[in-house]
Amino acid sequence: MLANQIGYYSLILGLLFSFLLCGVSIKDFNNINKRVNQNVFTLLFLQLIFVVVSFLSLILTFVNSDFSNETVFNNSHTTKPLFYKIAGTWGNHEGSLLLWLLVLTLFIFLFLVNSREQPKKYRILTLLFQQLIIIGFFLFVLTTSNPFNYLYPTPTEGLGLNPILQDPALAIHPPLLYLGYVGSSIIFSASLAAVTQNYISKEWGQHIKKWILISWIFLTIGIMLGSIWAYYELGWGGFWFWDPVENVSLMPWLTLTALLHCILVLERRTALTSWVVILSITTFTLSMCGTFLVRSGILNSVHTFANDPARGIFILIFLFILIFLSLGIFFLFHKENKKDLNNFFWLSKETSIMVNNWFMMYFLSVVLIGTVYPIFLDVISSEKISVGPPFYHKLIVPFLVPFLLFMALGPKLQWIKSKIEKKKSLIIFFIISVVLTFFILKNITTDFLYYTILISAAFFLFFTTLKELFLKKFINVSQVIAHFGFSLFILAILFNSILSSEIITNIKVGEKYNFNKSEIFLKKIEEKKESNFNSIIGHFRITDEKGKVVELKPEIRIYNQPEIITSEADIKTTLLEDKFLVMNIVKGDEYFNIRYQIKPFMLWIWVSVLLLSLGGLISLFKKKYEK
Amino acid sequence: MYGKKVKLRFLFLVLILLSVILSVYLILHSLKDNVVYFQSPSEIKSLVELDKKKIRVGGMVKEQSISINSNEIIFVITDFKNEINVTYSGAVPNLFEEGKGVVAEGFLKDRNYFLATKIMAKHDENYMPPEVKDAIGDK
Repeated sequence: MLANQIGYYSLILGLLFSFLLCGVSIKDFNNINKRVNQNVFTLLFLQLIFVVVSFLSLILTFVNSDFSNETVFNNSHTTKPLFYKIAGTWGNHEGSLLLWLLVLTLFIFLFLVNSREQPKKYRILTLLFQQLIIIGFFLFVLTTSNPFNYLYPTPTEGLGLNPILQDPALAIHPPLLYLGYVGSSIIFSASLAAVTQNYISKEWGQHIKKWILISWIFLTIGIMLGSIWAYYELGWGGFWFWDPVENVSLMPWLTLTALLHCILVLERRTALTSWVVILSITTFTLSMCGTFLVRSGILNSVHTFANDPARGIFILIFLFILIFLSLGIFFLFHKENKKDLNNFFWLSKETSIMVNNWFMMYFLSVVLIGTVYPIFLDVISSEKISVGPPFYHKLIVPFLVPFLLFMALGPKLQWIKSKIEKKKSLIIFFIISVVLTFFILKNITTDFLYYTILISAAFFLFFTTLKELFLKKFINVSQVIAHFGFSLFILAILFNSILSSEIITNIKVGEKYNFNKSEIFLKKIEEKKESNFNSIIGHFRITDEKGKVVELKPEIRIYNQPEIITSEADIKTTLLEDKFLVMNIVKGDEYFNIRYQIKPFMLWIWVSVLLLSLGGLISLFKKKYEK
Repeated sequence: MYGKKVKLRFLFLVLILLSVILSVYLILHSLKDNVVYFQSPSEIKSLVELDKKKIRVGGMVKEQSISINSNEIIFVITDFKNEINVTYSGAVPNLFEEGKGVVAEGFLKDRNYFLATKIMAKHDENYMPPEVKDAIGDK
């Protein structure tokens, strides 16, 4: 009760402080004093504290199962384990927005504290733009999705959290994703502030690069966790489904990756300034669009949860204001500097970075059109369609070949002007890659040529980066690790998709199912009672063609509140492959529907994404920039 | 005539323009081949011509209609006006139950018979795919 009130009033106070901050900082803007007024810091810190208090009190109401709070009533239950009571705080719409707000205020505070060597006017303007976004979110939370709505009479029991969200990976997936999304808001505000101050320069590039890296790392890991969750919890036996909700998180990632590469040029010399600003605006807009599309229920997705259209309209209006404002500022204030060197010599690192950007923009437009087209068609002709994975595979996979080759060769070029040198090692690596691929794929009949070309290109990047890693005494180590991670990623995905096999069947207790020299045997069914669910555990014995025996115990959980059945896959992970088994009740309890999959190199997909992020992390802590 | 720089820049612009046109064409072209249309049982009944392409059918799983044997699951999708028989051999999602909404992807054999290759899951017991909601009207 009390916590509920405190949470609500601190939110309102937080909003008031936003206005106060705007006033004080505008006054400070014209002050001759070179340093930002101490009052601004105090106010900003207090605002942060209010939001933290509000967030903590929401957590407290969740922990206490205070059902006089509507959000708690809708998303929690007394029998839920403590960990999921806490995680449930951001597992719903209202709480997740409060988390957005918390990260927004935290980041701008960190920004202001960590930018003391930057010009004062630029810092204050960044603060103002960020406060604009923060005010928007405060209003959004308070008007359409207040997490502290009061319920009377107080219900005795809550409705419970959707069981598929009761999962460790999903408990930390939204916060990490939000750190990435919200990090892009700082980039957005900072680039607008820099445009108005005509401060898009080398110095600005070096300073904003940190924020780009931070958001990029969080976004990468956030997306990966979501995908790990989808892999073992949804039981579809894959990790990426080109589902609209996944796509909207991938789009800002693509622009952020493009921005990350562009900034390497900008931090060395004043070039590509307009492009950097456009990318910054796009990244944040796409993050907001993502929130809008997911929250408004417009997206037709198998991921979609029940939601409310009124919220969608608010975000849409807010989004339009931000887009028009930012474009207006861009066209009014941005002047291409005469010193800008936008003409690059054709053979240089700059050009290769431009090539990277072209590819990113192409991938972005594919994903964007695939995601948005069904919505447009529905609005225009009310025809319902969906765009499936073949669309994305057809348009993206072939382009990976030149992309991988550029990724291997681009970093070898010099800045400004490079010469074609004879590199024996590159040619040797290329031949090794092709020959190796040929021998690995010899026995695969389908699409032999297609896969040979693709995998050769991936191996080529793999070997060239591997050599750099060992021979070059850690020059550009962040880039090398990230590119190496990417080659591993592509290799793992390709081999995974070629070599995966799957058996789906319906089976009874005591029955054996035989397929190409392997056998699946359902020994028995065990029933267990937990506090918030009953589980049915199948004991399976699987003998593969080499006579190796694996015991797998997939589980079916029947949650009591809300009454939902979920399947928990059992996965045996080894270095080389995952054995994945999931079962399901169809009707009654006689037959169980099972899906057994052998998925090679699954572990390496996750490892490679971690390597990618590690590359970013090293770059973040490295003093020197790209040679 | 023009200097070398202007020529180079012109060439560059033409190249960019060409690649943009090419990629837009490519995207739109593959979009045409790869979209999956959604239809309700009633819409299928009134089809003049049977489509050979993959489609999605959505509605409610009819009560008492699921039957299962060791290699397939047979059930009926209804929109309370018309219904269609579905045969499916594959993994079913958790919330596949009689009297609940369902979306099946696959191929039409005739107006009464659908061979499903995939059945969609939904994550929330209160959530109904918008198509299904439209398909069954106000029920």
